[in-house]
Order: sequence, then C-alpha cells, then structure tokens
Amino acid sequence: MTNQSTIWVYLSASPLFGLALTLICYLLAVNIYNKGHGNPLLNPVALSILMIVIILSLFEISYHAYFSGAQFIHFLLGPATVALAIPLYFQLGKLKKVWIPLSIALVLGISFSGFSAYYIAQFLGASEQTMLSMIPKSVTAPVAMGISEKNGGLPALTAVFVVITGVIGAVVGGWVFKVFRIKDDSVKGVAMGVTAHGLGTARSFQISPQMGAFAGLAMALSASVSALILPLILSFIQNI
Amino acid sequence: MPFLTVITILLVYQLVGELIVLSLDLPIPGPVIGMLLLLLSLIIKKPFATQLEKPTELLLSHLSLLFIPAGVGIMVHLVRLQQEWLAISVALLVSTILGLLVTAWTMMAIYRLLNWKKVES
Repeated sequence: MTNQSTIWVYLSASPLFGLALTLICYLLAVNIYNKGHGNPLLNPVALSILMIVIILSLFEISYHAYFSGAQFIHFLLGPATVALAIPLYFQLGKLKKVWIPLSIALVLGISFSGFSAYYIAQFLGASEQTMLSMIPKSVTAPVAMGISEKNGGLPALTAVFVVITGVIGAVVGGWVFKVFRIKDDSVKGVAMGVTAHGLGTARSFQISPQMGAFAGLAMALSASVSALILPLILSFIQNI
Repeated sequence: MPFLTVITILLVYQLVGELIVLSLDLPIPGPVIGMLLLLLSLIIKKPFATQLEKPTELLLSHLSLLFIPAGVGIMVHLVRLQQEWLAISVALLVSTILGLLVTAWTMMAIYRLLNWKKVES
C-alpha cells in the first residue's frame, strides 16, 4: 500500500502528470464537442477546464503542482502569438480594402469591451484588483496577462477572465448576430476577433473561413493595439 | 521547412521581441513585438511565408488548447470568485455582448458612411 501511495505522490508532483492530464481532457472534450454536433455550449476549453478542476480537487492536487507540467503547454502561447504573423500576412490584401473601418472599429471595440467591464464591475461592488484585471479580458491570453501585470492587475486572474470571455463570445456570438441581424462575414469576424480573441476566432472558422480570416486578423491587430491604448486610457481615467 | 527550424524561428523572434521590450521599457508584451517583426520579415522576404504556413498551422489549429492551463487557474481564485461572482459574471457577460455590438456597428456605420455596399466575399 505505502508503495502505491508513494508512486502516486511522485506521479502527481511530476510535470508529466499535469501535461498528460491537460492533453487527455482536451482530446476528450473535443470528442464530446464533436459528438454534440458543435453545440457552442459544449465549448471544449470550458469542458476541459471543468474536468481538470474537478480531478485536481478530487485528488487534492494543488494548482501549483498541476502547473509545473501544464506550463509547457502554457509556454507555447508565446511562439503561437508570434506565429499569428503568418495568417496575418496572407490576409494583408483584405486589410488594404477594409483598413479604415477596421482600425476605427478596433479602437472603439477594444476600449468599449475593456472599460464597460471595468465600470459594470465597479457599479456592482467588485474590488479594485478585480476591476483592473478585467480591462484586458478581450485580448489574447499572453498579451492580456502582460497588460494586466503592467497595470496593477493580477495576471492569473486576468487569464481566467480572458478564457471566460472567450467562451462567452464563442457561445453567444452567433446568437447576438442573429438577433441584431448582422450578416456581413467581415463585420462578424472582426467583432469576434476583437471581443473574444483566439476562442472567438476558432469559433468563427467553424462558421465560415471568410469570417475566421477576419477574426484572426482582428485578433492579431487587437493584441498590438490593446497593448498600446488600454494602459493610456487607464492612466487617463485614473487621473481625472 | 522542418518543424524544428520553424519552432526555432518563432522562439528567436519572441526572444528578440522580449529583448526590445526590456531594453526600451515598452508597455507591449514581447511576443507581440516578435509577431510584428516576423510580419515585417515576411513582407520583405515573400517566399518565407509559404514555407512557414504548413508547420505553424499545427500550432495555430490547437490555439484553444494553449488557454487551458491558464484557465485552470480559476481554482486559485475560487474565494474571490465566490465573493464577487455576481459583479464578475454580469460584467463579463454584458461587456462581451456590448463589445461585439459596438465593434460590429462601428464597422457597418463606416461601411455605410464610405458608401461601400458590401465587401466582396
């Protein structure tokens, strides 16, 4: 018995455990999602997170121990962000056609999603740190965590808000566009990319390649524009 | 291009991005600078892009997997989330819907303003 439990203690503390758990849960969640005919409520990221949190709590494994393995996956967000330059390059032709509406929508969309969350949270009595961590929630995770850290938020909390926002966008996006009769693929894609980053982009690619292309373009541009304007707006409103 | 070369290229661009951010004390995260530098290199050296396209597809098609470790961090913040759950969930839900609408409506308003019937698909 003691032998078995030492093996378990060793395994649950080794990086292998967190890494394998993440991949197994993700593959399982993608499978469930496909079986459910792509029902947005069965979002694979939300499902995987739920499964992993339940398993870790059941076996009393700390997030710290889990992350010692999962960090290898987390680390890839950096090179993946750099790699966004490639789809962006292939869409530059489209960018030339829509750069005026796109850049204005980008600036308004980024500021609005970030600061409406900030003020709604303030109105409902959230703490200062929660509010600050919310501002970059629509930006892709590695960038959002960087912005949060530089603005006095908690990067880990921001990462959670980023993922929740992405899941919300992926789930309600289609519905919002239907209710408000928004049909143009370029408009829908840009809205998804600006508001719901990578998860919104992944969802857009499922709806149509054209919409996905615009979402990817908007997400990549939003990552750079957000890093520039969100800290500026924040220091402006803090100084009034 | 072999996968190892591609991942090395991506990491080198990220590293250069981080170095620029650190030495100039910029408010932008390193990987974003890396992305902009890579984009610039692709524009200058066009065949580069087609060579990189296939191998990076693998990384980008599983972009959502990469968000999971950060998302599991929710368990560290359970107390805060319990205390502020209403404010957090309303703020995230409403601001996401508002963000979608503001972005979409701005695009449409300017399309109309510039008198573009529709962007050809």
